[in-house]
Amino acid sequence: MRSALACAALVAAFAPPSIAQTTITDATGRTVAIPATIRKVYAAGPPASVFVLALAPDKLAGWTRALRPDEIPFLSPSVTRLPELGRLTGRGGTANVEVLMAAKPDVVVDIGSTSPTYASLAERVQETTGIPYLLFDGRLADTPRLLRELGRAIGAASEGEALAASVEASLARIAARIATIPEARRPRVFYARGPNGLATAPRGSLQSEVLDLAGARNVAEPPPGFPGSLVNVSLEQVLLWQPDVIVTIDPEFARAVRSRPEWQAVAAVRNNRVYVAPELPFGWIDAPPALNRILGLEWLVRILHPAAFPEPLGPRIVEFHRRFYHQTPTDAQVAALLATAGLPR
Amino acid sequence: MNDSRYAGAILFGLAATSALAIAAMTLGRFPISLPDLWAVLWRDDASLPASYAQVVWNVRAPRVAGALLVGAALSSAGAAFQQMFRNPLVAPDTLGVSAGAALGAVGAIFMGLSVVAIQALAFLGGLAAVALVWLIASRLRALDPLVTLILTGIVVAGLIGAAISLLKYLADPYNQLPVITFWLLGSLASFGRQDFLASFTPIAAAIVALWLVRWRVNLLTLDDDEARALGIHVTALRGYVVCAATLATATAVAFSGIIGWVGLVVPHCARLLVGPGFTRLLPVAALLGAAFVLAVDTLGRTIAAIEIPPGVLTALVGSPVFVYLLARVRRSD
Repeated sequence: MRSALACAALVAAFAPPSIAQTTITDATGRTVAIPATIRKVYAAGPPASVFVLALAPDKLAGWTRALRPDEIPFLSPSVTRLPELGRLTGRGGTANVEVLMAAKPDVVVDIGSTSPTYASLAERVQETTGIPYLLFDGRLADTPRLLRELGRAIGAASEGEALAASVEASLARIAARIATIPEARRPRVFYARGPNGLATAPRGSLQSEVLDLAGARNVAEPPPGFPGSLVNVSLEQVLLWQPDVIVTIDPEFARAVRSRPEWQAVAAVRNNRVYVAPELPFGWIDAPPALNRILGLEWLVRILHPAAFPEPLGPRIVEFHRRFYHQTPTDAQVAALLATAGLPR
Repeated sequence: MNDSRYAGAILFGLAATSALAIAAMTLGRFPISLPDLWAVLWRDDASLPASYAQVVWNVRAPRVAGALLVGAALSSAGAAFQQMFRNPLVAPDTLGVSAGAALGAVGAIFMGLSVVAIQALAFLGGLAAVALVWLIASRLRALDPLVTLILTGIVVAGLIGAAISLLKYLADPYNQLPVITFWLLGSLASFGRQDFLASFTPIAAAIVALWLVRWRVNLLTLDDDEARALGIHVTALRGYVVCAATLATATAVAFSGIIGWVGLVVPHCARLLVGPGFTRLLPVAALLGAAFVLAVDTLGRTIAAIEIPPGVLTALVGSPVFVYLLARVRRSD
């Protein structure tokens, strides 16, 4: 602790004097002084990377992991060139604090849990590096608020406002149309994860927020006494639930399920209602839990309630990519995403 | 225990395991009563929904059979290893088979491969780890060969553990890491018909292979020199036992993930019942292990809507039983 303080003092002593500072209160209630002009932002985890990419791609310091070859064509060359810096917190950090300091960001932003564990980790990194560390949280429905807060914090307030308004409009339109669909007519959905499809995220969990907002009746209940998270279920339980639709993020599972005899008793499998969420450049349902899920929401409502959402998804994909990922996808890319997603056009 | 009492005990064990299997067939999240089960088993199920037959034949029967198979494999391998190493703390994974299988599976998950590829790599990983241990240990001649084998197994398992940790560290925390964690916890949840067909032959062959050398395995508990004097080729026999036990364990782990404690505790319980002779120990251990894993897996899949990993339950039951066995040993000394 003392050495961390000494180190922080040393950093402070050698750091160039900041010209102007403002203060920001983050989601943990910590008040953090940040430079008035933010040029470079270190996103500490994958969700923060997606948000900073949307708000201020020119300020992104790097990626938490190197982009995969199949992700690169979806993003503009100015961001795909950025270096791999590692994850700082979240579930297991891979970043080296010296790498972080060498990247010389003006601020570190992280999106995720704001429990005391993460708040104290943020405080510790801030003391060690002398770089202000802001921690935000947000469920999917909170995305507009998060965009505004984060936009203000990293000097992209007007972009934040514009993106937030767009997300707000999407969420409101979806919520209004779903409200007209009676509960009993909403499909019952099983969210299958993992190569054998038997891991699932129960209702209310972070991983299944897209299902909840899309007006799906998630068949999996959270285990009593535990906050929802990933759990394993038995195939018999799936058979008992008899979901109308299976949604998965694992293409291997979607391929395998067709030939596994034990899955043929599930009506959703027999009726060919197993849908794979596209994962490029960011997952549509989860992985990472950031604003990329808005596109998954637009997709899932069209799968589950085609009558209420007759508009084709293709133009929506183009618009979303242009606005949030700053690159217009090619026709071939859109066609590939739609083919994965199991939708025409 | 004399021969007739032993035969009676085996019959009782078979009957009890069969009863347990029938009970397990009627238990589960999907409600199937005993008469319904009966109707489905005798193909007299025209009046029942088609899903009943599918649950029984495609889901529950393979899973019950899988639990029996995995339990028998792990405890037979454990019994053989404990006999061969003359060491009560040895388990089927002492020579690194579980670690190697875990590395194979984690690597396959890391690369996003299919379930069949995960199983295949796990199986090959288990065999490769043991082959590596055997190779290294056979080059080291300073110590007693059995101690060398055990120590090499610990070293190789530790090294593999580091590789697994590295892959977990590099894995996508939102997608791959939960899959890896669930695999390492062990589960029979996705054990289907083709899993049974693929795993039955190697496990049955391994147990039969151990049964064929049951007399000679007893002689391995003697000093090496004494065993040699009785005409046993000690090193070759050890290699044979290691091959058979590894085949059984690697197959079990490839299809069920790591289910601990079975191979360690069940052979001790069996020894308590029928004494240390391998001829009696092997069938009793196999039977007990099968019943134990079946009971634990049935419990794990019925008590809640979510699955309780069998490894958690075997540890909950196995660790106190092991302490009890330790206490007994001390008293009888």
